Amino acid sequence: MSEHDCNAIEIAPGVHWIGALDPGLRSFDMILRTANGTTYNAYAVRGSDGVAIIDTVKAEFADEFFARLAHVARLEEIRVIVLNHLEPDHTGALPELLRRAPQARLIISKRAPAMLKALLKPTDDALDVEVVDTGDEVSLGDRRLRFLNTPYLHWPDTQCTYLVEQQVLFSGDVFGCHHCDLRLFNDRVGEFRFSFDYYYAHIMRPFKSHVRDALKLIEPLPLTLIAPAHGPILRERPRRYVTRYRELSSSGEGFDRPFEANDQPASLIVFYLSAYGSTTRMAEAVQAGAEAVPGLRVSLYDLEGSEIAPFIDLIEEADALAFGSPTVNGDAVKPIWDLLSSLGGISLRGKIGAAFGSYGWSGEAVPMIEDRLRGLKMRVPVSGLRLQLTPTAAELDACRAFGRQIAEAMTGTSNTSVSAERVIDFAELSP
Amino acid sequence: MAKAKVTFQDIDQTVNVPAGIRVIDVSEKIGAGIIYGCREGDCGTCMMHVVEGWNNLTEPSVLEEKVLRENMASRHDRLACQAQIIGDCTVKPA
Repeated sequence: MSEHDCNAIEIAPGVHWIGALDPGLRSFDMILRTANGTTYNAYAVRGSDGVAIIDTVKAEFADEFFARLAHVARLEEIRVIVLNHLEPDHTGALPELLRRAPQARLIISKRAPAMLKALLKPTDDALDVEVVDTGDEVSLGDRRLRFLNTPYLHWPDTQCTYLVEQQVLFSGDVFGCHHCDLRLFNDRVGEFRFSFDYYYAHIMRPFKSHVRDALKLIEPLPLTLIAPAHGPILRERPRRYVTRYRELSSSGEGFDRPFEANDQPASLIVFYLSAYGSTTRMAEAVQAGAEAVPGLRVSLYDLEGSEIAPFIDLIEEADALAFGSPTVNGDAVKPIWDLLSSLGGISLRGKIGAAFGSYGWSGEAVPMIEDRLRGLKMRVPVSGLRLQLTPTAAELDACRAFGRQIAEAMTGTSNTSVSAERVIDFAELSP
Repeated sequence: MAKAKVTFQDIDQTVNVPAGIRVIDVSEKIGAGIIYGCREGDCGTCMMHVVEGWNNLTEPSVLEEKVLRENMASRHDRLACQAQIIGDCTVKPA
């Protein structure tokens, strides 16, 4: 570990990095890959009236954390421990830190108390915890920590901490990335822009509206340095990373706006697979039915002919998704599940979903897909459509009606779909 | 069996239901815009706003009150997975 061998590294006057290096990590949280590991960044801030610790490290790296801490502070000097994020890669050393520095007060966000209890499973209420919100401050004598409540970046509890006098932002996972480099500072480490964007895409992108809310708090701050919880410390032109988050979180905004305020027409994407052509004919009829409703753009894709990755952006920006699958051995076919298990990086909340398909003798695929769509927090306002084997002309009419109902649910023009009188008995609803 | 009417304002749909049923069980079937997470009253995802008939839902439990507070609920917000319908009411996503 050469020059950084368990030393603390000063990143600003009186502010030290006391984190840990994990160069061997190749897969983080099972969803992110990293070609050169990661860092768990923790910091010590010394004021005239005590020391603040900001975040800790993953449990396996506690010894490294305590060794670095010992270089800059005695345990009895620690007055507060700020937890910007409770995920175990930042709180793994917390139980031991609390044992060694029992006088320290924990500073957490207003969404964190229940999580903290679940994390530490305390046997009594002895924890000294202070809950903070945006604008609250903790004084260390000659310097102040000010808090920014930034929920869902990327957990409900996440917050940022701003060292007012030094204009240092301890940003938690925001502006972080999985990139381990002994040289630590953004102007000294190897190229990491791809890691920065990749981290955003997998960790922050599902919460892009929350990113924009947080940027409203962060952008007005004078910044000399951003100290994130993973990856390089951003001391050279820190504001460009804020700008990059603004760029990344501003793309694909269409979905967040109501249909009538959109520049683009509402978008329905129909994905399908077909063994003998029946589900293809259904998909084409669904498309035709939906297109008859004005103000829509309908796209039709055969999943057999594409990788999944190119569809992710389209799906994020779409207003409704319909999936057509035959039933094979009592299940939807694998490419459907491959797609529906690849959407964790985007938010589908509130989009409209629908399922249809031809089957031979049982037809389980459609309700199984509908359950998955609901699990992805989509609405399923139109009951799925199943047809046995070859569609007749009348059945294709039903497919067109199904497409039209989806379109009407999207545009809010439905006047025939569920019930003309808008009152229905619970017993009439499908099981 | 006692009946009640629940109206989902976002999709302009009313459903006649047996009294005692949870809002989640109706809104999911009808495809209203209330969405769900844990379904156990823990996560707050299914928070809804009660437009009319606040008193026609069962009282929130202490645990539901706590989750509502943690999720910064406004007045007359409830969790759809916890609230049971005992009389006519109108709800919409919070």
